[in-house]
Amino acid sequence: MNLSARVKSNLAWLGVMVGGFVIIDGLEVARLINPFIENMLVTIGINVILAVGLNLIIGFAGQFSLGHAGFMAIGAYATGIMTQTMSTPVGFFLSMGVGMVLAMVAAVIVGIPTLRLRGDYLAIATMGAAEIIRILINNLKITNGAAGLFNIPALVSWATVYVLMCLTTLVTVNFIHSRGGRAVMAVREDELAAGAMGINTTRWKLAAFVFGAATAAIGGSLHAAYIQTIAPDDFNIMASIAILIIVVLGGVGSITGTFVAAIVLSVLDTILQNFGTIRMIIYSLALILIMIFKPTGLLGSWEFSFKRWFTRREVTSHE
Amino acid sequence: MSSALLDARSLVKNFGGLTAVANVSVHFDQNELVGLIGPNGAGKTTLFNLLTGETPVSSGSISLATDRGVQTLNGQSPAQIAQAGISRTFQNIRLFKDLTVLDNVRIAMTNHYREGFFTSILRLPKYYRTEREMTAAAQRLLAIFDLTAVAQQPAKNLPYGTQRRLEIVRALATKPKLLFLDEPAAGMNPEETADLTRLIRQIQHDFHITVVLIEHDMSLVMDVCERLYVLEHGGLLATGTPAEIQQNPAVIKAYLGGD
Repeated sequence: MNLSARVKSNLAWLGVMVGGFVIIDGLEVARLINPFIENMLVTIGINVILAVGLNLIIGFAGQFSLGHAGFMAIGAYATGIMTQTMSTPVGFFLSMGVGMVLAMVAAVIVGIPTLRLRGDYLAIATMGAAEIIRILINNLKITNGAAGLFNIPALVSWATVYVLMCLTTLVTVNFIHSRGGRAVMAVREDELAAGAMGINTTRWKLAAFVFGAATAAIGGSLHAAYIQTIAPDDFNIMASIAILIIVVLGGVGSITGTFVAAIVLSVLDTILQNFGTIRMIIYSLALILIMIFKPTGLLGSWEFSFKRWFTRREVTSHE
Repeated sequence: MSSALLDARSLVKNFGGLTAVANVSVHFDQNELVGLIGPNGAGKTTLFNLLTGETPVSSGSISLATDRGVQTLNGQSPAQIAQAGISRTFQNIRLFKDLTVLDNVRIAMTNHYREGFFTSILRLPKYYRTEREMTAAAQRLLAIFDLTAVAQQPAKNLPYGTQRRLEIVRALATKPKLLFLDEPAAGMNPEETADLTRLIRQIQHDFHITVVLIEHDMSLVMDVCERLYVLEHGGLLATGTPAEIQQNPAVIKAYLGGD
């Protein structure tokens, strides 16, 4: 068969996604995955969704946001509240859609004034915005205040998380490799020059921010329906930082890195649970070491690409 | 002056108490090659920034002849002005450093090859078609300016002179009617400057656009420009052909250093 590198690469990615599903499914059927490990896998999936969205904002658009947990909370509470009355899979997806729309509206409201700021100032402003969302949730009746929501119907299996993780990543990567993605990266590289090239910088910064917020809402919805209990404190500044750590550790501007970091950190976290308080020390130590020896993150901005691989093989086979 | 491509009248720019540009009127005609000269701090770059919308004018009017009639550029954002047909390079090179040469050019084509958001995230056939057309157009442009070999390199890896050339190519990729070059020969050796001179002539000739350049290299300016504006202390000192400017006593006194 003489397929183009593009078709081969698309097929290869499809193979990886289906293969991953079949392997986990096989292990489930063979009862090799206990609830403990399944919980870890779901955590990885949700963390990937959250971190891919944040990487789009930080790594590709260059806007340092510290408010990701706020948008996650919107998704989580949309699902938590709506599935109380609509306890069906359709109800879950509907609630996820509502969460996404609400998060996007919130992102537009937060983004228009704050995205004028740069660096540290933007980080503080977005952090404040996320705190406002959290405090609102803390004081509203419909969200059950500080006690949070419990007995949320378990409408999400590991398979739902897996499929949504693949879809979110696919859509994000497709966006990055399009006109929009290039415009967003131009803004990161040099906002002034991007403007002079006819790119509406405010609009594209906002687009990336809103896109990221929508993926955060997906992560939040899945979190609520899988864990079945949510409280405002689950979405505090530490939750935002936890997502940020994945992005920074994997490599700012590398989706492959986000996957690697989400897996490494979740596995590390699970293994270290037996070590009690020492866990936080080892965890922080690992982060400090990486920041010293590899400040750009594990993978920098490197991406794994089947297309490049196939193209290279085509070139060498012609020689 | 109704035939002018760009017509700027009585431009004033105050920075606090400092008047950087004082009552300057300039016009650039179709397919003209105009030079903007003057000592350091004369307000040349400020004038460029006013005309490209980077800095808002304190007073005065700027209008551009477009396909849809004369358009007022006052109060428009740099992006809107770029879309109307004005492009520029920068005094300190401002490339998208970490992106490839090809992407630098493709980004500048953003407004000419539109694909919808859903077309690109779902990778519909139109996405592939638009990307292919855009990449082909970018590669044609790179080929004209001898940049094909470095198309996949990050822009920051290019030698200085090549970076300047890429910045010009990137500006051309926006399909401008008017191109502003801010000190294109700065930091170039005589050989590179000679190449640049050829390049500027080629652009004016092949792309049928108006080129305006700020330059300190007098041999380059006198060589390529058809008309010159001389600025001093934010005001317009003289205007005319290079030969006229060289004879102008006020210019000689203020700029070329005569007694």
